[in-house]
Amino acid sequence: MLSDKTIEEVEALKRRYPDPRGAILPSLYIAQREFGWLSPEAFEAVSIVLGVPKAHLRGVASFYAMYRHKPVGRHLIQLCTNVSCMIFGAEDLVSLLKNRYGAEVGGTSPDGRFSLVIMECIGACEAAPAMLVNEDFHNNLTENNITEILEKYK
Amino acid sequence: MNYLLKNIENPNSFDVREYEKAGGYRSLKKAVEMEPAAIIAEVKKSGLRGRGGAGFPTGMKWTFANADPKFPKYLICNADEGEPGTFKDRPILEKNPHLLIEGMVISGHALRAEYGYIYLRGEYPDARDILNRAIKQAYEKGYLGDNVMGKGLKFHLTVHLGAGAYICGEETALIESLEGKRGQPRIKPPFPVNVGAFSMPTIVNNVETFSNIPCIMEIGPEAYSKIGSPDCPGPKLYCISGHVEKPGVYELPMGTTLREIIYTHCGGIKGGKSLKAVIPGGISTPVLPPSNIDCPMDFVSMPKHGSMLGSGAVMVFDETVCLVKVCLRALKFFEHESCGKCTPCREGTGWLRSILSRIEDGKGEKEDIDTLLDVSGNIVGKTFCPLGDGAGSVVINFIKHFRPEFEEHIEKKGCKYKK
Repeated sequence: MLSDKTIEEVEALKRRYPDPRGAILPSLYIAQREFGWLSPEAFEAVSIVLGVPKAHLRGVASFYAMYRHKPVGRHLIQLCTNVSCMIFGAEDLVSLLKNRYGAEVGGTSPDGRFSLVIMECIGACEAAPAMLVNEDFHNNLTENNITEILEKYK
Repeated sequence: MNYLLKNIENPNSFDVREYEKAGGYRSLKKAVEMEPAAIIAEVKKSGLRGRGGAGFPTGMKWTFANADPKFPKYLICNADEGEPGTFKDRPILEKNPHLLIEGMVISGHALRAEYGYIYLRGEYPDARDILNRAIKQAYEKGYLGDNVMGKGLKFHLTVHLGAGAYICGEETALIESLEGKRGQPRIKPPFPVNVGAFSMPTIVNNVETFSNIPCIMEIGPEAYSKIGSPDCPGPKLYCISGHVEKPGVYELPMGTTLREIIYTHCGGIKGGKSLKAVIPGGISTPVLPPSNIDCPMDFVSMPKHGSMLGSGAVMVFDETVCLVKVCLRALKFFEHESCGKCTPCREGTGWLRSILSRIEDGKGEKEDIDTLLDVSGNIVGKTFCPLGDGAGSVVINFIKHFRPEFEEHIEKKGCKYKK
């Protein structure tokens, strides 16, 4: 179940839209924050607060890349490999993350520290390659500085 | 003279007090004294075209929505800039959010819309926090709320966070997503100006488009229409990435040539290497060879030079870049982002990616180039929305301008650019 405070947050969101279904995307984010991923319990909780069938919520959530359909590690790395990042070596960084931390694309390192998702352009092309770690932007990545940056995320 | 990026060197430019000090919200003060129809007339007269990519005349779009008798009307800002290579709206969202808010409140008054939504891409968490703080400040200052500027006008604004779907940049998919559905495009007509969000007349404009509105109010439509190209005037944000000395976002008069952007403003090709190719308007726009870079970067001129202005996202490639690989990466993107609604796009993008992948890996066959063109030709013009057109025309144009590079991969069974 969602906490009382979270339920109030969702109720407030509902009032921002003429139809409560407008609050589906933001509510799924809230449930993801609360449960860590969109677990069956998360869908159940959102379904109750919004009065929307779980099947509809699952259908919506599965369309979008930023909802998590399985548990993720302690830190989520979202690395861009689209063209502007690719020409500055983003693919080498993917290999490095796999070799050094055991984080496969779409998977989590065996120690549960990092999950890795490949992104389709995060709008940081002027300072490529770029990644988001949780909600922090890191730009101008190299094989040297990426490991230093990731040291901060235990 | 900067209008859109005015004051952004100020480290607190996102704060309402700093924005006011730099002359902000003066246009709104002027606009609330005007009749809605008069504001629409000014926007029409200014010649402003939508900055999202299609370049549709903003005043005309507003006139259509205004003519629809249904109420309530909704105002949506498309802040879902997902076109690879595009980061032009980010400085407005993160450093000049009140410019966007001011533009939206003026537009809301003009269109008699009382509710606005900013559909922001999920990949911009900083912009989310900055916008929410700016909106809170605007409510406190009376620029938003039930009694805007004490004039009895109502306008409420909400940030709606997307969740990582390129297709939601397409306005009808965006509306579906705002309504809490999968982001699949709707068939048009009806257009959103008549049947949009929650089935009501809806205006969807890009961040940069709304941000031009205070400027039109401030300097007047006549002065505005004298900036840049006569056919599509105004200041334009160009964002340049790839192999240039000084990548970044530049505010320049609409119609600045690609050559001037690359060589004058961005300091030329990185490390003194030579230019091999440019994608001028985001990944969906046709690639250009160096011989075509004297084109004025505006909505009217670019098609005459074989490409499109798109989002003004210039991606520059030097001589070390394998263009087959760039084309392959682009198609991986389109395959991933195809919403799956139209068969030619859903199936075709996968086939194109698979054939390009084979060519890049040195396993291509002679017939592959013709097959690529055939599959591409069967996507373009056969889908609901422009995603399919983009995917097909990317392949067609890479082959058109750089066919020998594809042939070389096939003949030599591999890529000579691989390390």
